[in-house]
Amino acid sequence: MSVEDHNELGFWRKYIFSTDHKVIGVQYALTSFFFLLVGFSLVLMMRWQLAYPGQPMPFEFLSKIFPAGLPGGVMVPEFYNSLGAMHGTIMVFLGIVPLAFGAFGNFVVPLQIGAPDMAFPKLNAASYWAFFLGGIVMLISFWVPGGAANSGWTSYPPLANIATTGQTWWLCGMVLLITSSLLGSVNFIATIIQLRAKGMTYMRLPFFVWAQLVTAFLLLLAFPPLEAAGVMQLMDRLFDTSFFMPSGLIVSGEAVDVSGGGSPLLWQHLFWFLAHPEVYVLILPGMGIVAEVIANNTRKPLWGYKSLVYSVLFLGFLSFFVWAHHMYMTGMGTVISAFFQTTTMIISVPSVIILTCLFISLWGGSIRFNTPMLFALGFLPMFGIGGLTGLPLGFNATDLYLHDTYYVIGHFHYVVAPGTIFALFAGVYYWFPKVTGKMMNEMLGKIHFWASMIFMNGVFMPMFIQGLGGVNRRLYDGGLQYAQNEPVLHWNVFMTTSAICLGFAQIPFLINLIATLCKKKRVESDNPWEATTLEWATPTPPPHGNFLTEPVIYRGPYEYSVPGAKKDFTPQFEPDEESK
Amino acid sequence: MDIPYTVQPRPDTGLYNAKVGIWLFLASEVMLFGALFSTYILLRVGAIDWPEGVDVLNVPLGTLNTLVLITSSITMVMAWAGCVMKDFKRFRFFMGLTILLACVFLVVKSFEYGSKFSHHIYPKEGAFYAIYFTMTGLHAFHVICGIVVNAYLWGPGAKLWKKNPAQFTNRVEVAGLFWHFVDLVWIFLFPVLYLL
Repeated sequence: MSVEDHNELGFWRKYIFSTDHKVIGVQYALTSFFFLLVGFSLVLMMRWQLAYPGQPMPFEFLSKIFPAGLPGGVMVPEFYNSLGAMHGTIMVFLGIVPLAFGAFGNFVVPLQIGAPDMAFPKLNAASYWAFFLGGIVMLISFWVPGGAANSGWTSYPPLANIATTGQTWWLCGMVLLITSSLLGSVNFIATIIQLRAKGMTYMRLPFFVWAQLVTAFLLLLAFPPLEAAGVMQLMDRLFDTSFFMPSGLIVSGEAVDVSGGGSPLLWQHLFWFLAHPEVYVLILPGMGIVAEVIANNTRKPLWGYKSLVYSVLFLGFLSFFVWAHHMYMTGMGTVISAFFQTTTMIISVPSVIILTCLFISLWGGSIRFNTPMLFALGFLPMFGIGGLTGLPLGFNATDLYLHDTYYVIGHFHYVVAPGTIFALFAGVYYWFPKVTGKMMNEMLGKIHFWASMIFMNGVFMPMFIQGLGGVNRRLYDGGLQYAQNEPVLHWNVFMTTSAICLGFAQIPFLINLIATLCKKKRVESDNPWEATTLEWATPTPPPHGNFLTEPVIYRGPYEYSVPGAKKDFTPQFEPDEESK
Repeated sequence: MDIPYTVQPRPDTGLYNAKVGIWLFLASEVMLFGALFSTYILLRVGAIDWPEGVDVLNVPLGTLNTLVLITSSITMVMAWAGCVMKDFKRFRFFMGLTILLACVFLVVKSFEYGSKFSHHIYPKEGAFYAIYFTMTGLHAFHVICGIVVNAYLWGPGAKLWKKNPAQFTNRVEVAGLFWHFVDLVWIFLFPVLYLL
């Protein structure tokens, strides 16, 4: 099949129901950016309520959109719970994962390994559409009776079992999302194993591909237990079984009419068996992007490529044995707690190795401070803060004090928001010229970076202060009802203001996206960053089938500033001087 | 541009793409049923009393179904062997038999379910019935999926035989791997639910 054949496809086949991995990658990117925006809007409403409890929302149209949740613009507690649950669900399952894995993975992985497409293009499209449907189900659930799921993004029973209809929608949506990531992960692994081009040995794979490979394995093996748990919760809700309902449960002063004998803890085990590997699903693609950007912009090889690869493999393996560190508060017993505390401390070792390798890579480089590099550099300390603040949560003695406070929210968001999201922005700025053929504006990019950097910290840093001050993380009035919170309560207004400013900080990015797409000037080279990896060997943007001739790989992925070479980068796809 | 290794195996891995794909899929299926078996263990050790499967389920019918499903695994291999021997009629015969046996399994299973429902025993009866209906129900769903795939290969999908027999044989092999997995799950389910 030649390129010309595919230009004859109609609009629908080419852009909507496409099986081309690049189009599907862009579809994933656009959809997940939309959901990131939705998730962010939800949290803005929450933050308003936390800073100004009981005061009507500043925009009247909000009470028209959510008449049940915001009567007269004032938030009802049940709606606050819905927002919390759906913010988490949407950001994790519909925002970050599809962007990091679905979008970047789909677009970049086949290019970087020299493949013409994914191994199963139709499955790839099916995976996107399952994700899309799952997103629709989640959105619709806001307007079903009782509102969207309101038992937290973790859906702990028995609360989730007796919750309103929204929970059933949540479960159905999750089944679709799990199906999507199952199809996606099978496809990624098969592609990386089977479709590597000639000469692309495993140890010549760019670190980004390694990160995506491990991510795919985590999704493949960690999601099915949650699917099983979801099926059981559906059985509990629809057919009155008691998988998660203990005997003798009293709700609102009345005994619940179920046969009992179930275990609420069982759900937590199955849920966190997914959701801890899920944390690494959120972070590993980000680390992969940062590694690519750092190697490219320091103009020297990544420090410790092999250590990075072995660390990421070990990290992936061990992430299946740490889940119950989310459950120290459940009283599951000191022996089990001690076991999971130990594995949790061990898993911090490979994370530190990865971060250290990336830091040392900066040493002695002639660094180019362009926008992708700024975001990648921003990632390092932000992820560092997120990681280090996790240690007190991994020890169960300190966790008992911190667990239900804002400290946990701060820790987790440092990993994912200024951590992963910064890495994803780095990826957007870095690969944009390959996807569209146009370079994004540096000035707007730098404004975007610095403003995001300042306000991200403005939102999340005070959470540590509030958390250490003992503010519980689930209070709908921001902690007003407890006298002990008084000394740290004034931070709520500060955080809300920062969150709103963080929203404004994304405007330069949007302007940049649209203006760049509209401008006529195209990049002159297929390799504008002078990078070494294989995606830059394709025409810009890459045609269907990607490569004009079958690529052959001659060397490792990061041959920058090779002594004696004519230029400071030696691409993987260029034959040696002698053999020419 | 064609995607490589859709039919011929890649020399260094020795596998064609779909075979890698199906094994990965089966790995995730193992985790799915693994979670359910873990649930079974956890519920049972936490239960005050737990019915013996022998006392409440129909063991002869369960045994019959086990035999039916094992036989269908054999006929599935015979169907694939028919493809390898380039004997399309043989493939059609044994694939038809596989589908038929899968249907027999579902009919027997529905009699078992029916007799429970007629005694007003539903999943909400207790922890044992909850896990029994969930696991066998999910397994039956897999049987139905297997029937759909096999029926496709027996009927409309068989057109590929004329165009590309090697690829068709691969498809039968992949469907067979899935079918053996469905069989294997039942071989675990039967003793755990009926006999222990």
